[in-house]
Amino acid sequence: MSKASQTAVAEKDRPEGWGRPLIEVHDLVKHFGPVVALAGVSLTVKAGEVHCLLGDNGAGKSTLIKTLSGVYKPTGGDFVVDGKPVAFSSPRDALDAGIATVFQDLAMIPLLSITRNFFMGREPVKRLGPLSFMDMDFANKVAREEMRRIGIDVRDPEQAVGTLSGGERQCVAIARAVYFGAKVLILDEPTSALGVAQTSMVLKFIRQVRAKGLGVIFITHNVRHAYAVGDKFTVLNRGRTLGTYTKTDISLDELQTKMAGDKELQDLSEELGGTV
Amino acid sequence: MVEQSNSGRMETPIVDVIDERLSRQSRLRRMLSRPDLGAFAGAVLVFVFFAFAAGDTGMFAADGVMNWLTVTAQLMIIGTGAALLMIGGEFDLSVGSMIGFAGMVIAIPTIYFHVPVGVSVILAFVMAMAIGALNGYIIVRTRLPSFIVTLASLYMLRGLTIALSIVFTNRTIVSGLKQYSDNSFVAALFSAKLFPGFFRWLAENGIINKLPNGAPAVSGLPMLLVWAVVIAVIGHVVLTKTRVGNWIFASGGDANAARNVGVPVSAIKISLFMVTAFCATVFAACQVFEFGSAASDRGLLKEFEAIIAAVIGGCLLTGGYGSVVGACLGALIFGVVQMGILFTGAPSDWFQVFLGAMLLIAVLFNSSIRRRVTGER
Repeated sequence: MSKASQTAVAEKDRPEGWGRPLIEVHDLVKHFGPVVALAGVSLTVKAGEVHCLLGDNGAGKSTLIKTLSGVYKPTGGDFVVDGKPVAFSSPRDALDAGIATVFQDLAMIPLLSITRNFFMGREPVKRLGPLSFMDMDFANKVAREEMRRIGIDVRDPEQAVGTLSGGERQCVAIARAVYFGAKVLILDEPTSALGVAQTSMVLKFIRQVRAKGLGVIFITHNVRHAYAVGDKFTVLNRGRTLGTYTKTDISLDELQTKMAGDKELQDLSEELGGTV
Repeated sequence: MVEQSNSGRMETPIVDVIDERLSRQSRLRRMLSRPDLGAFAGAVLVFVFFAFAAGDTGMFAADGVMNWLTVTAQLMIIGTGAALLMIGGEFDLSVGSMIGFAGMVIAIPTIYFHVPVGVSVILAFVMAMAIGALNGYIIVRTRLPSFIVTLASLYMLRGLTIALSIVFTNRTIVSGLKQYSDNSFVAALFSAKLFPGFFRWLAENGIINKLPNGAPAVSGLPMLLVWAVVIAVIGHVVLTKTRVGNWIFASGGDANAARNVGVPVSAIKISLFMVTAFCATVFAACQVFEFGSAASDRGLLKEFEAIIAAVIGGCLLTGGYGSVVGACLGALIFGVVQMGILFTGAPSDWFQVFLGAMLLIAVLFNSSIRRRVTGER
């Protein structure tokens, strides 16, 4: 239990509904014509849990998250959100059901201000007779406060997002999803392009989000990043779930081996003198 | 970054983390990243230059001012549309042809088929905006560059305007609109001169000069100017103060990112093409009712002038950045220089040299601003 307790949230601090299943998929299948991208994936994400999705290229990670976030419609299988079966027809439907996805490159528009990015698509308006205007003062205030909560002091929320670092941008995107009431957060490779300090900033924020009682699906190539924040690990291979493990079941090395498809990596590791 | 020890609950107390590597961003620096800064500086420079070069030529007397204000106002109308569209990430090269087309749609039915002039004007707006919507729809659906699609409409519309005016009237210049439009409200809406009494009073008191026959040199405030200011103000307010404005920025900045958060990118782009068509039609209507005639070559090269005004005004060619105020200042620079060169007596060919140079400088300046804004090196 020692490893797990590093990241665990004390019982008394847990918000209501902790541990309740938010997303359940059973035997999810997705075909693209003759190509079978998902051949039966099962996954349960609970409130207050960081569920890491691991797998090599072509394992079906992207297809799975695009299905969960409403971009693709599944060919078969059950998809249950908050106890109710769902069939999303657009990303908007998924957002409305509380599933927010943060894509690695497409999270933010660099030329636009932090405020405009933060409220993009959900602008606060104030009415003036028949006209409605964007409530910039309110938007700036919220953007600035939410940034300070993460520990980014933006002096001017109207400065362009381009002036933020990559890690800060990911954090803004996550903060935005949380602010707008996401119940499940899907993070697509949030750390893959980041340096060490930036990665730790993002991972720390993921932990904060979990403590708030959200479910997080964290997609990554990097087993170390996954192990640092994850509670559960699902390994995908060739469109199937190889298995789901809790942190107490599996060690970092075992996870690494599982992810690479067991045998080949071991061989390669020997070839390279154990450095992989 | 300073470590925050109490990870855990989300409602962590707000602690300001001061990064010693960042100096506080000054007000000045923020001003320097405004898109319209360059155009503002340019406008000041141009005024100073002509105050010296043409100060004694009547360029800044009432009729001289009206001279360059007319050019400015015309360009403000289509420049506002071009700037909004460019910020939304697209171009419209069919603006010039649209001006010729809309003018003919107003003139031919009125003169040859005795359609009430108001109906012709409405018909022109409807047809132009439908073509604009079609441009936008093709671009949104096929994801082809708007440059190519609207280049095609530039030629098709111009050809259609000439061909149809020959079919219906056997000529390419249709005149004689005045007798149908005199005393009509619609004609006044586009070509009236407001407050003639006030301008007479100004002339009688020697504030503005008189013509030899005693009439004031400027007979009133032309509706063209009113349209220009109204369109620019609405454009500016929509862009900077409304939710739709945020969607325009987002659509041009990164259409995919915008779609992912639920911005109706396609609807925004199609609407913006309709806006440029609307602006072109207003331009055409003002011109047609002013001259009482329509010509199928009206508006030639205006699409480029509109784009130049927008670019001088700080709009990025790649979209997502720019301002309507900038485009209006770009139009002002354009008008002052074009007319100013005439006032100084220099050959007007120099205007084109100046315009090209101005455009190049503006683009260089914009890309440096872009780097400052996004922090790229």
